[in-house]
Amino acid sequence: MKLMKTLMAATAMAALAVGTAQASQLIYCSEASPSHFDPGPQTGGNDFDASAHTIYDRLVEFAPGSTELVPGLAESWEISEDGLEYTFKLRPGVKFHTQPYFTPTRDLNADDVLFSFERQWKQDNPWYEYLPGMTWDYFQGMDMPGAINSIEKVDDLTVKLTLNEANAPMLANLAMQFASIVSKEYADQLAASGDLASFSTQPVGTGPFQLVDYQLDSVIRYQAFPDYFAGKQPIDDLIFAITTDASVRAQRLIAGECDIMPYPAPADIPTLQGNDKLTVLEAEGLNIGYMAYNTTEAPFDNVNVRKALSMAVDKQAIVDAVYEGAGQLAKNLIPPTMWSYNDAVVDHVYDPEAAKKLLEEAGVSGLTTDLWAMPVSRPYNPNAQRVAELIQADWAAVGVTANIVSYEWTEYRERGKQEDRKGPFQIGWSGDNGDPDNFFGTLFSCAAIGVSNYASWCNEEFEGLIQNAKATTDPAERTALYEQAQVLFKQEEPVLTLAHSKVFMPMNKKVLNYTMSPLGTHSFVGVSIAE
Amino acid sequence: MLNYILRKLALIIPTLIGISICAFAFVRVLPGDPILAMAGQHGVTPERYEILKEQFGYNLPIWQQYFNYVGGLLQGDFGVSLATKRPVLNEFFTLFPATVELALMAMLFAVAVGVPFGVLAAVKRGSWIDQLSMSVALAGYSMPIFWWGLLLMMFFSAYLGWTPVSGRIALSFFLKPITGFMLIDTLLHGNWAAFVSALRHLILPAIVLGTIPLAVIARQTRSAMLEVLGEDYVRTAKAKGLSGRRVVNVHALRNAMIPVITTIGLQVGLLLGGAILTETIFSWPGIGKWMIDSISKRDYVAVQSGLFLIACIVMVVNLIVDVLYAVINPRIRVK
Repeated sequence: MKLMKTLMAATAMAALAVGTAQASQLIYCSEASPSHFDPGPQTGGNDFDASAHTIYDRLVEFAPGSTELVPGLAESWEISEDGLEYTFKLRPGVKFHTQPYFTPTRDLNADDVLFSFERQWKQDNPWYEYLPGMTWDYFQGMDMPGAINSIEKVDDLTVKLTLNEANAPMLANLAMQFASIVSKEYADQLAASGDLASFSTQPVGTGPFQLVDYQLDSVIRYQAFPDYFAGKQPIDDLIFAITTDASVRAQRLIAGECDIMPYPAPADIPTLQGNDKLTVLEAEGLNIGYMAYNTTEAPFDNVNVRKALSMAVDKQAIVDAVYEGAGQLAKNLIPPTMWSYNDAVVDHVYDPEAAKKLLEEAGVSGLTTDLWAMPVSRPYNPNAQRVAELIQADWAAVGVTANIVSYEWTEYRERGKQEDRKGPFQIGWSGDNGDPDNFFGTLFSCAAIGVSNYASWCNEEFEGLIQNAKATTDPAERTALYEQAQVLFKQEEPVLTLAHSKVFMPMNKKVLNYTMSPLGTHSFVGVSIAE
Repeated sequence: MLNYILRKLALIIPTLIGISICAFAFVRVLPGDPILAMAGQHGVTPERYEILKEQFGYNLPIWQQYFNYVGGLLQGDFGVSLATKRPVLNEFFTLFPATVELALMAMLFAVAVGVPFGVLAAVKRGSWIDQLSMSVALAGYSMPIFWWGLLLMMFFSAYLGWTPVSGRIALSFFLKPITGFMLIDTLLHGNWAAFVSALRHLILPAIVLGTIPLAVIARQTRSAMLEVLGEDYVRTAKAKGLSGRRVVNVHALRNAMIPVITTIGLQVGLLLGGAILTETIFSWPGIGKWMIDSISKRDYVAVQSGLFLIACIVMVVNLIVDVLYAVINPRIRVK
């Protein structure tokens, strides 16, 4: 009995401790452990949330809740007439975090900016391979080495970036996580002690929060950086409680063990929405799920066959069945929230009879093909296997036999890239930087064949439009070009555009001012907790 | 005795070689490529792919890769994780105490509940108590861990709010790990409230992980007790006029426990296997969850070294059980 009383008293004390401590702390049930805390080589969304959006800043930033670019560590910039030179004026007096392992002696300056890019760019930089087998995935993936000619320090607070050719998406690239600015002074200190690896585990940035502690696979603790250039954050402590299972995250949110969580399981959303302690924010995802025809393989090299096969698919039924209310039918490659979206484009209507006729006209009968289904669930396609089954049934109705094939995820993508791949291939894309080129250029430029152009589609006219749009800095002109590109894209039908998915963010009602990013990132800047 | 231990140790060497081959082969027969898995949505260029392949030695013939791996193990080098770039040994032993703590609690639960139920079922053989406890044991043995864990969590944590949903301790407690065992660390820090919190966090995962061993132990105890209860010395004890309780607890149970202890020892491997699912459900930062993450990332180094370490630990535990058994029962040494 005495033990029972003691236990109860202790539980009450614990509850009290929780109650008082929560006043200024925000607990985020994150979905996975970060690989480390250096945003340069990272690739996962959870990695970026734990580093780039908490510990670091960039020269330019995406405004909260949009893909509009606003000043970050650069308070202003100028772009030369020819679009080749970008001159950034750095914000004066920006402090780096003071940590038990590092005390900065100077503010942010041009050396830090140069170092942040050169370490990813120049193979002779001692930091280029400071961790075994690391790759600067995004720096390479966004083709920065090909785009940049030089980065120079003009003075302590001025940096000049010169490009090889005009490249309108460059500014948006610089707002991406990989372009986070790190401390050169800290890197030098580590280099002097020969302990380069600590750069990724003991981070030093200029960002709104600084790392306090990371317990592997369990919890990450941050505290608000008191000298943050934009002022201290409203919350004092930010905690990432790593919880990999989506249903368990939902239970923790309901039980009050965390305040906010990403990626709820579709089945849990109605329960969360029905809970009067919670709010579920939702936003259109900047993504696309699609099925790419191999346009070099007969009979898919015939545009009418592609159109017929697309017309034979009841897309609405698929979206209703597979996305469970979290999807929106896609007629264009880019989602409607992205600038330059062409709403005038008319999608191919579901019409099995017309499809049959088109196939007959094209001389295709008794077609048998492979149909590829991704082995994993992705926001842009939660269940590719089910989608494949529905398409298989729709195609059977027009006399096309589809055999569903699938491989392990990395193997799947590798095989999908091959130009001699047989059969239509399900895949998708989540936007990196809010620029249409990140969809059109990355996925369907001729240069992307064998990399991410799964349709092996190289159309001269389309290529001309998107390359011109990339090289032009005038937004109105770019919009017009991308609108034309979308019309042509629908006419040519290299892919069946399936759906854009919605993204949900459930949180406790006491969480205030959280804004969902269309880029799918999670940032807690400006978020506060109601008393 | 020394001879016996040496014989057992000699047997370990071929086992270790077998394990190293299995662990090495396991990740390689999985479809997927470690280099491609490391890269994200953008992939790597073919040139960079070749460079990385060479750097990690994946371009070498498979037998050479194996000998490099074993060479590393012999020098105590378990490699660096492809995903996190940290030494595998560090990661393993940072997470291992969490798994051990959970497994010990699960075993404690299984023994504390399973043995009395088994004894009761044997003593009341054929009665409704026997039927009920053996039916429950069968149900427990057939329970899918993932489903069982979620069910308990939804009822006790989400609906009743009696136990925490997941994690090892309430997040308001920020204690630096000393031993890695949360119960011990909270006491070393002198924080009683934290200790209680850690204990509450252990309840559901321990029950979930302990359910199958509980069923096994209950059934084993029952059958061992039934055997012993029919022995002459028990009849003699009864004939001497000893109380029923004394006969069961002192004369029968003591002897019946020998096979039960062996069963408990054999459950260690099962517990580590079950920990993979339990840890995933309860976000328990142990090696089970870590192995799953490493497998899904095709982190060859972490998986092959992790499997090897787990197998070594299971072997050491079994060796200890064997030795203890030999201490208890000298006849075994002679065999």
